[in-house]
Amino acid sequence: MSNNSQDAIYLDYQATTPLDKRVLDSMMPFLTNEFGNPHSTTHSYGKTSANAVEKARKSIADIIKTGNAKDIVFTSGATESNNLAIKGTAEYYGKQGKNHLIVASTDHKCVVNTARELENKGICQVTYLSVDEDGIVDLKELEQAITDKTFLVSIMAANNETGVISPLKEIGEICRKGGTLFHTDSAQAIGKIHIDVNEMNIDLLSISSHKIYGPKGVGALFVRRRPGPRVKLIAQMNGGGQERGLRSGTLAPFLCVGMGKACDILMEEMDQEIANIQKLRDHMWQRLNSELEDIKLNGSQEHRLANNLNISFSYVEGESLMLGLPDLALSSGSACTSESLEPSYVLREMKIPPELSHTSLRISIGRFTTLEEINKACDDIVKAVKRLRDLSPLYDMAKEGIDINSIEWAEH
Amino acid sequence: MDYSKELIDHYDNPKNVGSFEKEEKGVGTGLVGAPACGDVMKLQIKVNNEGIIEDAKFKTFGCGSAIASSSLVSEWVKGKTVEEASTIKNTDIAKELALPPVKIHCSVLAEDAVKMAIADYKDKKDS
Repeated sequence: MSNNSQDAIYLDYQATTPLDKRVLDSMMPFLTNEFGNPHSTTHSYGKTSANAVEKARKSIADIIKTGNAKDIVFTSGATESNNLAIKGTAEYYGKQGKNHLIVASTDHKCVVNTARELENKGICQVTYLSVDEDGIVDLKELEQAITDKTFLVSIMAANNETGVISPLKEIGEICRKGGTLFHTDSAQAIGKIHIDVNEMNIDLLSISSHKIYGPKGVGALFVRRRPGPRVKLIAQMNGGGQERGLRSGTLAPFLCVGMGKACDILMEEMDQEIANIQKLRDHMWQRLNSELEDIKLNGSQEHRLANNLNISFSYVEGESLMLGLPDLALSSGSACTSESLEPSYVLREMKIPPELSHTSLRISIGRFTTLEEINKACDDIVKAVKRLRDLSPLYDMAKEGIDINSIEWAEH
Repeated sequence: MDYSKELIDHYDNPKNVGSFEKEEKGVGTGLVGAPACGDVMKLQIKVNNEGIIEDAKFKTFGCGSAIASSSLVSEWVKGKTVEEASTIKNTDIAKELALPPVKIHCSVLAEDAVKMAIADYKDKKDS
């Protein structure tokens, strides 16, 4: 891998991406000579920083096709953006008697746990939308859940574990018709699908920089002003009133500039990049699926980011599988990889039985992945799965035709 | 997860992988855990006429700690009398493999597997 000093093949692009060298180059001046405070525009130091920040803001606006760069609020990342979008609207619209929030049950924890927090504090009531086996929310259920008290619907653009893409345009239409705002966490989707906030009737949208080859520690929230409903938010960070008063604090120009550059690169290259990644991903799935029996792709194959595979390797526990793949950097939905010993809630919500969740791996590829790496990863995975299946009593049972659900297990 | 060298050794080169015929004379089978919980251990012992465990086999579905714990006990029970084997403690397994705290349940499962295999052997012998 050209961009990596580590030995292991990096297959965890949905966790984070390496910084693109071109992005680093764009950032360097603002870590050295150009140190001005972008909010001190009475002199040239400040003006230089301010101009660079505003250029970056425009680049971010362009990637989601809002015509107005002022709609973009810089934050520390998608977690903060999601918190600001949900808590900020809950507080503002709560004062007007609107106290109902709708989120998808498979949304990222920073959305689901924010909703829970508001619920626990008695600030609003929350509907957690279920998903089907493909991981997609039921649009009828969404339509029926919206009431005249609903201030916000928050549904992620693409899932971080499965890469499943939400029907954003349909959701946007339903929200607009139902008179509620629509927020989407697009941390995983930016650069992998085309998003148009006007065409999709998106009112609030969260972006992360480090998922798109930009620096960590910066993100953005799109807050619609026009056309359409003008979104009102109560700031969750008070201070000097920067970012239209929605997020006080001195901006870090080097981070903003890096994020802007990452968006510029996507504007130029994303179509080609998606095509390349999809070809590699499909090749990987075809190889694994032809060389191993009893594996299952979790989540919709059709409505899925080009860079993701989430696979259950039946009869082989995910953590032990990862242990057998020391040359690959990837993640698992298995409980045993988490401190909590809870298997993936995303897979659970998709009604994937726990014995299959425990056997899942998430493989996510990106800009710097090569065919050679994919082939080496396939070789390693096939070998490790076969070895561990030879160790697995469940595999023996399956071969003997014993249904593991017919056995009375002592659950512990 | 940071694992000890001992644990990784057992994971990389597990001892006594395999199965005996369940109905074979002197064989006791222990099957513990549950697929929904992410670990299932099958431990089998083969006891000779003197009451000594002369061989053991295991198969495990589970994390690295579960595989290593079952590989370790399959070694430990060999050469012991049934009574001696029944005194194997999960704490000894956890200590030998330096299991992280969240993985202690794997050693408990291995101890249960030994006890259940012995109980099955005794059941069969008495019937």
